[in-house]
Amino acid sequence: MPDVRTPDVEAVFRESYGRAVAVLTRLLGDIDAAEEAVQDAFLTAVQRWPVDGVPPSPAGWIVTTARNRAIDRLRRESTRIDRYRAAALLAEPGPPPEEGAVRDDRLRMLFTCCHPALAPATRVALTLRLVGGLSTAEIAHAFLVPEATMAQRLVRAKTKIRDARIPYRVPTEADLPDRLAGVLAVVYLVYTAGHTASAGDRLVRTDLCAEAVRLARELAGLMPDEPEVLGLLALVLLSESRRAARVAPDGSLVPLREQDRTRWDADLVAEGQELVRHCLRRGTPGPYQVQAAIQAVHSDAPTAADTDWRQVLALYDHLLALNPSPVVALNRAVAVAEVDGPAVALALVDALDLPRSHLLPAVRADLLRRLGRDTEAAEAYDDALALAGNARERAFLERRRAEVAGG
Amino acid sequence: MPQYLLSLIQPDGPVPPPEVLEPIMRDVAAVTERMHAAGAWVFSAGLHPAETATVVRPAGEDFLVTDGPYAEAKEHVGGFTVVEAEDLDAALAWGREVARATTLPVEVRPVASPGV
Repeated sequence: MPDVRTPDVEAVFRESYGRAVAVLTRLLGDIDAAEEAVQDAFLTAVQRWPVDGVPPSPAGWIVTTARNRAIDRLRRESTRIDRYRAAALLAEPGPPPEEGAVRDDRLRMLFTCCHPALAPATRVALTLRLVGGLSTAEIAHAFLVPEATMAQRLVRAKTKIRDARIPYRVPTEADLPDRLAGVLAVVYLVYTAGHTASAGDRLVRTDLCAEAVRLARELAGLMPDEPEVLGLLALVLLSESRRAARVAPDGSLVPLREQDRTRWDADLVAEGQELVRHCLRRGTPGPYQVQAAIQAVHSDAPTAADTDWRQVLALYDHLLALNPSPVVALNRAVAVAEVDGPAVALALVDALDLPRSHLLPAVRADLLRRLGRDTEAAEAYDDALALAGNARERAFLERRRAEVAGG
Repeated sequence: MPQYLLSLIQPDGPVPPPEVLEPIMRDVAAVTERMHAAGAWVFSAGLHPAETATVVRPAGEDFLVTDGPYAEAKEHVGGFTVVEAEDLDAALAWGREVARATTLPVEVRPVASPGV
C-alpha cells in the first residue's frame, strides 16, 4: 500500500486551496459554494490518497474532484436554477483548467478580496483565507481575535461580496493602477502586521511575514510586468532577509544600525537586490520600488558605518515627492541626521505632526540623545513608551531611556 | 438586472444660495440624463429637509406618530436615485458621478428585492 499520510494532504491543501477556490468561484459564481466544494474534495483526498496513492497532479485532482462534487451537490439539491447551473458546469471542459486560466482566476480572486468596498482589515483576512489558504483559526490567531469573531468577519465579507455583487474580475485598464495599489497595500499590510504587530508572540508574526512573502511572490508571478509588484516583492524580501538579525536572543528589537549583518540571509538579499536593479532599468519608479531601493542601499553596506546615506537621502527625497506623508518625512529626517547631523534632523522632526504614533517621539529621543540633551531625550523616550504597544519595541526604548537617564 | 440605491447624504441646515445651488442642479440633471441614455435610471427624487419628516411606529394595536426624523444626526438622506447596474463597480461608477455633481457623499446600497 502506498505510504500517504495526512501531512501530504495538508501540504497540498496549503498550496492549492487558493487555486482551487479561485477556479471553482468562476465556475459556480459563488465563493461559499466554491469553498464548500473544495473542502469536500480535500475530505475525499484524505480518504482516497492513502489507498490509491497521491495523484500525479494533486492540485489538478482537487479542482476536478471539487467540480464533480459541486455538480453532485447541485443535482442533489436540484432546484431548477441549480440544475441549469449543473448543466452549465458539465459543459465546461473536463480536464483541469490550463495554467493560464488558473492564473486569471487567482488574479480575479485577489482583486475581489482587496476591493475598496471592503474594510481594510477585512481585505487582509479575506486575502489570507481565499488566496493564502490559511484557516480561519490561523488568521484569528495571527490578529489576536477570537476565532468566532474572525469567522463572523469572513462570513459578513462574503455576504457583502455576494449581495452587493462585488465583481469577480480583473479591473479595466483605467481602474487598474488604483486597484493594484489596493492589492499591494494588503500584501504589505500582512507583512508589516507580522513585522511590527502591536502585540502578539513571535511565532505568529513570523508566519505572517512568510505568508506576505508568499503572496508577494505569487503576485509577481501573476503580474510580472508591473514594476510596483516587483518593487513590493523586493521590499519584503530585503526586509525578510534581516529577520534573524532583527531580534536579540532575549527577544528584544535590534535596530538596523546594530544588527549583525553576517546573519542577514544572503540569498534573500541577492534576490531582492536583483529585483531592485531590474526595476531601476525599467525606469518607472513607484513608492514600493523606491522603498525597496532604500533597503537595497542598506543591504549593500557590509557594516552600518559603510552605509551610503547620501544615496539613502536622495531616495527618501524621491519617495517624499511620490508620497508626501509625515511617516516618510520622519524616515527622511533619520537619513538627514546621518548626512547633515542630528541638529538639522531635529528641526525637521519638530515640524512634523504625527499624533498617536510612538515613532516620532522615538526618533526625537534618539536625536536628542545624540546631541547630548539627555534630560529632554529621557522625556521623549517616555512619550514614545506611552504610545508603543509592541513588547520588543518597548524593551528597546526602555533600554535607551535607562542609558540617557543614567548618563 | 440588479438595482442599487444611491442615497445622497446631506448636512442639515439652510439650503445653499441659488448661485451655489444652480450649477449643482445643472450637473445633477446632466448625470440623470446620462443615466437615462445608458438605460440605467430607474427612479430618483430630491427630498425636503429632514426636519419636515414624521415618524409612525407600531404601538400595540395602535400607532405612535412623532416629529421626525427617525435618527438624530447632523446629516440625513437628502435625495436618492435607483439605478440598474450589472455589478458593484458599475454602481460605484454612477455613485462617483453623483458625488462629483452634488459634492456630497453618496451611499451605494444593493437593492434586495426590486419591485416588491
